[in-house]
Amino acid sequence: MKSGAVTHLSAKDFEGARMGMWLFLFTEVLLFGGLFLLYSVYRSEHVAEFHIASRELSKGFGLANTLILLTSSLTMALSIHAISTRRKKLASLFLITTILLGSLFLVNKYFEWSAKFAHGIYPNSPELVKHEGGVVLFYGLYYAMAGLHGLHVLAGVCVLIVMLFFLLKDIVNPEDYVKLENAGLYWHLVDIIWIFLFPLFYLIS
Amino acid sequence: MAGNTSAKTYVYVWTALVFLTFITVRVAGVDLGGISILVALGIASTKAFLVALYFMHLKYESRVFRIMTGVVLVTLAVIIGFTFFDTALR
Repeated sequence: MKSGAVTHLSAKDFEGARMGMWLFLFTEVLLFGGLFLLYSVYRSEHVAEFHIASRELSKGFGLANTLILLTSSLTMALSIHAISTRRKKLASLFLITTILLGSLFLVNKYFEWSAKFAHGIYPNSPELVKHEGGVVLFYGLYYAMAGLHGLHVLAGVCVLIVMLFFLLKDIVNPEDYVKLENAGLYWHLVDIIWIFLFPLFYLIS
Repeated sequence: MAGNTSAKTYVYVWTALVFLTFITVRVAGVDLGGISILVALGIASTKAFLVALYFMHLKYESRVFRIMTGVVLVTLAVIIGFTFFDTALR
């Protein structure tokens, strides 16, 4: 949907709208990038301890959450594709599926972290501070980065619920669905961040 | 805008992403020593590129979008990479 076309009735600049979203996403990349910077330096200084600490994380939960987010990105893209081909009902169904998958990610997180807390592994816990510095750093980074990411997932789910409302009310429609595209861009970025978090925290061999 | 990509393409990309995820898990079990992290990051970057190019439509946007993204990625690489000029030599 490009602006400036003679046949276009709307004065809106869709490409500009998407570019604005990309600019915001770049700030998010630098936000998480800063945390990945911390991770890379601390890991290089505590290689063995990061390996040991990583063993306590559940690969099962990590893998499940990875597959959940990857699939949610697919349903997000399919939702936008559906509205662009004038299939509002299909778009709504895919969007609802995306919201449910995002929520499932958060439910998984709840169970995963509840188990961790029950074992006494949380920032500054008496159990955790008994370990070597590298292990403490690993879990500090893990909770900070996965936690910040989880907050982003939560915010994303809220945004997608608003988008669903817009879609049902035809505020997002086949002539103008750039809001949905932009929400999708945010959602895909959240997926990309997890794509890096998963191997770096859960799969250190 | 989204009409450029077919639903089939999206499903193919998703299949590749799931496949690469299982590869990542498999490779993690193999002791490759120093290059393990490079392999893990390499696979993760490939997945990220697939999401960005296809799901985020970067492949079909104007070139300026790809240039901007490239600049940001190079910036991040410099931020992380150049830090090691300091920390690795302390």
